[in-house]
Amino acid sequence: MNGNVSISDYQYPTKPTWCPGCGDFAILQGLKMALVDLGLKPHQTIVLSGIGCGSKLPHYMNVNGFHSVHGRPVAVATGAKLANPDLNVVVTAGDGDSYGIGANHFLHACRRNIGITQIVENNRVYGLTKGQYSPTSYKGFVTKTSPEGSIEPPLDPLPTALVSGATFIARAFSGDVKHMAEVIGKAMEHTGYALVDVLQPCVTFNAGRSYDFYNERVYKLDEDYDPTDRQIAMKKAEEWGDKIPLGIIYKTERPTYEDQVPALNEGPIVEQSLDPVERSGVSFQEIKKSFF
Amino acid sequence: MVTDDVTIVFGGDAGQGIRSTGLGFIKAIARSGLFPFGRQDYRSRIRGGHNFFEVRVNTDQIYTHTEGIDLLVAITEDTITEHLDEVVEGGGIIYDEDFEIDESEVENRGVNLFPVPLSKIAMEEGGAKIMANTAAIGAVVGLTDFDISYPEEIIEENFALKGDAVVQNNLDVLRAGRDYVESHSYDFEYQLEPGSQKIGRMVINGNQAFAIGAVAAGCNFVSAYPMTPSTSILEWITKHSKELQIVTKQPESELAAINIAIGASHVGARALVTTSGGGFSLMVEALGLASMTETPLVIAEVQRPGPSTGLPTRTEQGDLLSVVRASQGEFPRIVLTPGTIEQAFEAGARSFNLAERYQLPVIVLSDQHLANSVRAVDGDRISMEDVEIDRGELLASDDLDGLDGTYYRHKFTDSGVSPRALPGHENAVYKTTGNEHDERGDITEDPEIRTKMVEKRMRKLETALDQDLRPPDLYGQAAAEVSLVSWGSTYGAAREAVDRLNDMQVSANCYHLSDSWPLRKEDFSDLFEKANKVVLVEGNGTGQMGGLITQETGFSVDQQILKYDGRPFTPEYIIERVQEVV
Repeated sequence: MNGNVSISDYQYPTKPTWCPGCGDFAILQGLKMALVDLGLKPHQTIVLSGIGCGSKLPHYMNVNGFHSVHGRPVAVATGAKLANPDLNVVVTAGDGDSYGIGANHFLHACRRNIGITQIVENNRVYGLTKGQYSPTSYKGFVTKTSPEGSIEPPLDPLPTALVSGATFIARAFSGDVKHMAEVIGKAMEHTGYALVDVLQPCVTFNAGRSYDFYNERVYKLDEDYDPTDRQIAMKKAEEWGDKIPLGIIYKTERPTYEDQVPALNEGPIVEQSLDPVERSGVSFQEIKKSFF
Repeated sequence: MVTDDVTIVFGGDAGQGIRSTGLGFIKAIARSGLFPFGRQDYRSRIRGGHNFFEVRVNTDQIYTHTEGIDLLVAITEDTITEHLDEVVEGGGIIYDEDFEIDESEVENRGVNLFPVPLSKIAMEEGGAKIMANTAAIGAVVGLTDFDISYPEEIIEENFALKGDAVVQNNLDVLRAGRDYVESHSYDFEYQLEPGSQKIGRMVINGNQAFAIGAVAAGCNFVSAYPMTPSTSILEWITKHSKELQIVTKQPESELAAINIAIGASHVGARALVTTSGGGFSLMVEALGLASMTETPLVIAEVQRPGPSTGLPTRTEQGDLLSVVRASQGEFPRIVLTPGTIEQAFEAGARSFNLAERYQLPVIVLSDQHLANSVRAVDGDRISMEDVEIDRGELLASDDLDGLDGTYYRHKFTDSGVSPRALPGHENAVYKTTGNEHDERGDITEDPEIRTKMVEKRMRKLETALDQDLRPPDLYGQAAAEVSLVSWGSTYGAAREAVDRLNDMQVSANCYHLSDSWPLRKEDFSDLFEKANKVVLVEGNGTGQMGGLITQETGFSVDQQILKYDGRPFTPEYIIERVQEVV
C-alpha cells in the first residue's frame, strides 16, 4: 500500500498461461510493485507489448494495455507518448520483439530519448513458438532451428543501447523481484527513454540459462557505483561471463523527444481542441492565404 | 484571334526551376480570371534530365490536360527534341537564340519559331543565367498579349523574401523578354485575354488540398516516412505544424510510421499516415492491427507505378486491389478515391470522421497525377469553415465519470461500433489486442465469440454504407449510349471525354467512384441497366475496379480502356478508344 494505491489495484482475473517457474511471473510482479511504489493508479499507465509469452503480460494485470504485433510495441508506444505525454508508457516485450524484429525501433528509441520504459523479458529463446534460437541466444545454442548449435554470437543489448544514445540503461534478474521492482521504478521515474533488460530464465526451452546459471553469476552494483560515467558504464555494460552486473548501468540527463516538439508546448494534443482555429488561434484565411 | 484553350509547355533540365516557373505562371493565369490546369512531369533525380511543366489555359473551368502543345517554351535544346512531335500546326516554340536547331524541320511542320536571347537577357538585365525562365515568361506575355501586371505581381510576392534587388532584377528580365518579342513583331494566334472572375481562386494541387482538408478535420498527428509522390503532404503539414499545433514525426521506417500513428490514435489523436504503394506494402500487418483493435486511422496512399520501385515519379492506379484486400485475415476498411482537387480536400476532411465513426482504417487512394496537378479552384469550395468534426461514439470524460461497472471496449452492438474510451480515465481501464478478443479486450479462442467478433467488425461497413458512403457520381445525362466508369484521378480526362463525345453526337456519361470501398450493388443497377455500353477507364493493366465491381455486384463492364505507361489519361486517348467501340 502506498497512499491510496495497493498491489491489489493491479490484480486482474485472467490467469497467466506461462509455465510454472517462468521468469515472466517475476516481471509481472516487479512491474506491479514498482507502479505501487510510485503511487501510480492503473489508469495512469499504459503497458504495450508485442508477440510472445512475455508480451501477454498486459492481459494479466489491471492496467491499460495494448497488445500489438511482433516487433512494433516500441513504435506504438512512441505514438502514445507523443500524443499524450502525461501517460506513463511502458513496453514489455521479449528479446525477439525488442532486439530482433523490432531492433530498429529500439535503436531509434534510444537516440530519440522518447519518454517510455522498455522492459525486455530477455529469455534468449523463442518460447511461444516452442523453442527456436533468438537474437540473444548464445553461440552454440542447440534448438529446433539450430540443431548443430547457433552459429551467430548474440546481440549485446546494453552496449548497443549505450552507443545508440540511451539515457537510462539497467539490468535486472527474475530471480530477485525486489531489486527488479526498484530498477523498474527508477526507469519509470527517469525522464526519457529507459531500458530495463531482464535476465529471465525460460524453464522449458532454455535450460542453459537457468536460475542456477544466473544465480551463480549475477551481482548488484555497489552503492558507490557512478552510473553517470560513460566510460565506466561501457565497461559494465560489456561485462558478461563469470560475473554479470545488475542495477542501473548508465544514467544521464538529456531533453526528451516529446519535450522538444513545438506542438506539445501547450500540453498533450489529446487535451487540446480538435478545431484547428480554436487550438492554434490561426484563422482559416491565414492557413489558405499562400494558395491565393 | 482569341482562342479559348491554349496549352503551354515549359521544358528544361531538372534543377533549372521549371516547376517554380510553371507554378508562378499558373498563379498569374488564375489571377487574370482564366482557368489553368498544370501538370508536372519529372524524373526521379535531383539534377539533369528533361523535366517539363504543362499549363493548359481555358476561359472556363477545366479538369484535365489534353494532347498537343500550342506553345513550347524551351529552356534547353532537349526540350525541342523531346516535344517537337507534339507541337500543333500553327503553334510555336520560344527558345534561346543560341540553340542549334534544324529550322526547316520545324517550319515544315507549320510550327513557328520564336528565337529570344533568353540567357543573354537573363545575364544582362538580371545578372544570373537562372533568370532565363523569367525572360521566357516575359516572351510568353509578349507573344500572347497577356497583361504583364499579373506575372509582375507574382514575381514581387515570390521573391519578396530575397530582397528588393532580386525582385527588381526579375522584373527587368520579365519586361525585357516581353519587349524583345514585341519589338520583333512575332505573330502568334493564341491570345490570353483576362477573364472576369479574378479573385477568390486558390491555386492548389491534390496533395495540398488533401492536407488542408485533414487540418480542417482536426488532424493533429502525422507520422510518415518520405515516399514520392506522397511526401509533399507530410512536408506541407510539417511546415505548419508549429503554428497549427500538429505533432508530425518522420520516424525510422514505414513500419514505425504506421505503428506510431496507431499508438497516437489509440490514446486520442487524429492520426494520419502518408505513403505510396511500397510503403503501404510494409504497413499491411499494422493495418490489420488497427482494424482488429478498432483504432481509427487515416492513410493517404498516393500511388505511383509499381511493382517494387517502379516509376517513382509517374502515375498509375495499380494499388486499388492492394488497399482493398491487403490483409492477413478479413477485416473492414474504407477506401476513398478522390478525383478532383475539390474531392481531395473533401476526402481529407471526411476520412477522419469516417475513421472515428467506424473505428477502422480509412485509406485515401490518390496518385501522382492528382497529387501534383494544379488547378485554380474556387476558394469557397475549399471550405475549411464548413468541415464538421464528428468523433462518433467517443465517450467524453463526463460520460465515463458516470460509468457504472466494467467498461467493455469491444462491446457487441447493432451498428458494430462500440463506444470508445481513451486510456487515462479511472473508470475505463482497459486493454485491447491484435489477438482475437472478447468484448472486454481479453484474449479469447471461444468459437462463438470469435464468430460474433468477426461479424461485429464487418457490420461496421454496412453501417457506413447506410449512413455515410456515397454512390458513384454521375456526370452527364442519366441515360447514355456509352457510360464511362472511372475512379480517382481519371475523373478529369473522363469528364472532358464525355463532353466532347456528346459534342460529336455520341451520347455519353460518366460514373465516377470517389468512394470505392465498400461497394453496394444497388448503386450500379442504373448504370448497367441503362447504358448500351459500359466502358471502364482506369490507369492500370488489369482493370482492377472492373473486377471489383463484378465481384461485388455481378455486373460486368463491356469494354476496358486501360493505361499503364506511367502517364495520365487524356480525353483524346479515351475518345479514340470509345470510337472504336461504338
